[in-house]
Amino acid sequence: MSAIPESLHEQLSHQLEQVIGFIYPNEVETQWAILIVVYPYITGIVAGAFILASLVKVFNVVEVQPIYRLALLTALAFMLVAGMPLQLHLGHPLRAYEIFMTPQPTSAMAMFGFVYLWYLLGILLIEIWFEYRQQLVLMARQSRGLMKGVYSALSLFSRDLSPEALAFDKKASKFVTIIGIPSAFLLHGYVGFIFGSVKANPWWGSVLMPIVFLMSAIVSGIAMVMFIYILLSLLRNEKLDMRCLDKIGLFLLVAIIVDFALEALDYIHRLYQSEESIGILTELVSYRLFTSLVVVQLLLGMLLPLLILVLVRSVRFNEELRKLLYFTSSLLLLLGIFSMRWNVVIGGQLYSKSFRGLMAYKMELTGIESLMTALLLLALPFIILTVLFRLLPPRWMDNQVPVAVP
Amino acid sequence: MNKRDFLKDAILFFPAAATLQALAKDAQGAAEPAETPAGYDATKHWYGMGIDVDKCIGCNRCVEACKVENDVPEEPFFFRTWIERYQIHANGETTVECISTRAAPPEQAEPEDPTVVRTFFVPKLCNQCAHPPCVQVCPVGATFQTQDGVVLVDAERCIGCRYCIQACPYGARYLNPKTRTADKCTFCYHRITEGLLPACVEVCPTEARIFGDLKGRADRLVRFHRVNPISVLKPDLNTEPKVLYAKLDGEVR
Repeated sequence: MSAIPESLHEQLSHQLEQVIGFIYPNEVETQWAILIVVYPYITGIVAGAFILASLVKVFNVVEVQPIYRLALLTALAFMLVAGMPLQLHLGHPLRAYEIFMTPQPTSAMAMFGFVYLWYLLGILLIEIWFEYRQQLVLMARQSRGLMKGVYSALSLFSRDLSPEALAFDKKASKFVTIIGIPSAFLLHGYVGFIFGSVKANPWWGSVLMPIVFLMSAIVSGIAMVMFIYILLSLLRNEKLDMRCLDKIGLFLLVAIIVDFALEALDYIHRLYQSEESIGILTELVSYRLFTSLVVVQLLLGMLLPLLILVLVRSVRFNEELRKLLYFTSSLLLLLGIFSMRWNVVIGGQLYSKSFRGLMAYKMELTGIESLMTALLLLALPFIILTVLFRLLPPRWMDNQVPVAVP
Repeated sequence: MNKRDFLKDAILFFPAAATLQALAKDAQGAAEPAETPAGYDATKHWYGMGIDVDKCIGCNRCVEACKVENDVPEEPFFFRTWIERYQIHANGETTVECISTRAAPPEQAEPEDPTVVRTFFVPKLCNQCAHPPCVQVCPVGATFQTQDGVVLVDAERCIGCRYCIQACPYGARYLNPKTRTADKCTFCYHRITEGLLPACVEVCPTEARIFGDLKGRADRLVRFHRVNPISVLKPDLNTEPKVLYAKLDGEVR
């Protein structure tokens, strides 16, 4: 007997027992598992949070100003984790550098490393640096010892706080944001293309996939920033800016409507065209994805928060209730978009490409490709965010008396 | 240029040139991949396989031979080639089973099902597509098409991202749990470049598999192509398979 790992054997035997109908024998194994669900989820939050932040800089939505920095730091915290699920998922993680060294120009996946690096180094870090430069210079001046060195280094040893320099910071950060919007679209639309371009898999292969991914990314990013904003105010016992929250709520509502319309269009289109794969896809939804697609993604994760947000806008609730409703809908949306990622990634691997049968996926609890790793990866951005908040307090400047330029 | 500038440039030049050279070599890896015997000219061949569906008796010897020859894990989740059994019922329904995943052949003949009006076996393997989607998606160029038309995986280069497995419409790929890299049928590349037949063809007792060279004029495969009505699997996906099925039922996907 050739030895394959015991756990893999057990998992595959279990999955084999659950097969309905006929599948190709190599299809028993779920190739892209829970970590590949986490990956587009995290990337989507990055893109969405950044787009929310860009509303302030590019479209001058002043109401959202209070969460501008929060949104940027959220994007950064999730961005730092975005590559990890991919890295961990590889059969040979140590060979990942090959994607940079010998990328295959025809591969939709090969560009990911470059898009990721461009977005992180070319956009996000630069924008945050310009936004924080003044604060970093001031913090370096006011702190002592080690922290003085840290802040000086973070400000890249710049000291200039002249009005011209500050004006340049503003201009530069606006410029970076303007490039940042198409880049954020690229980052996540591209993730959608990785799935949408697979012609072998009709559940994935749709021209709408990049744009559906993008809209759901915007929903999840806005929902995440809203969630963190409300959570922080609860933890710190601070008053929320309700004008800001209402405005985010409005953007969230618009994003959900567009996302819902696109996804509905995708399903209607499939049903109406009724191609060869429609039979098995219908079975896929009824036997394998009913709970995660119809109940969690559609009813709980989209229609319910949509209803709540419409209600909040049409009925005059008091602040406390509105806060609670926003909090609830942001959580529901985060759950719904996670389900959507699950239904795309795992769903696309639960039916046979012979269109004659359904597979099963049994998630491991421990190990590399497991629930535990997924939860750790989803918790990590919050830990990073806590550190970032300590290091770069978003509201620090509010308490500063204007300093005279020396 | 003075001495000092020259030395400075030289110091930079040598490591830079060495790095570039190493990178160029690395990038080239895929172009001249598989080891072939001396004197073998890949450009002179264009390999394919014919499957005579009527001749397959479902004995599974090809599957066993393939597993032994190519060190494919024995577990019933990994196959470079496998056999499907189709049963057409009187009411027009079709049932399909992969007979290669059975632990052992049944000891007694199965009782005849009176509703079955027709039954046949279909051997499956990598279609060695002329236009392979697996090669298109590989992010590092680890899977590639040789000049003689065989799609191979460079296990030294594959990072195990499994995108190629997703892109294959035929389920012909798997992740080898021993090497943690993508794996698939190679037409027994190590054998055919020596002038031998692939293991599955060699052992087939009924000559249901015909291996050949589509560039060869008097080749058996060329003749097979000429005299039989030929279909390929999933032609609508435009992958241009080089595994050619004779007298294939429309039920087979």
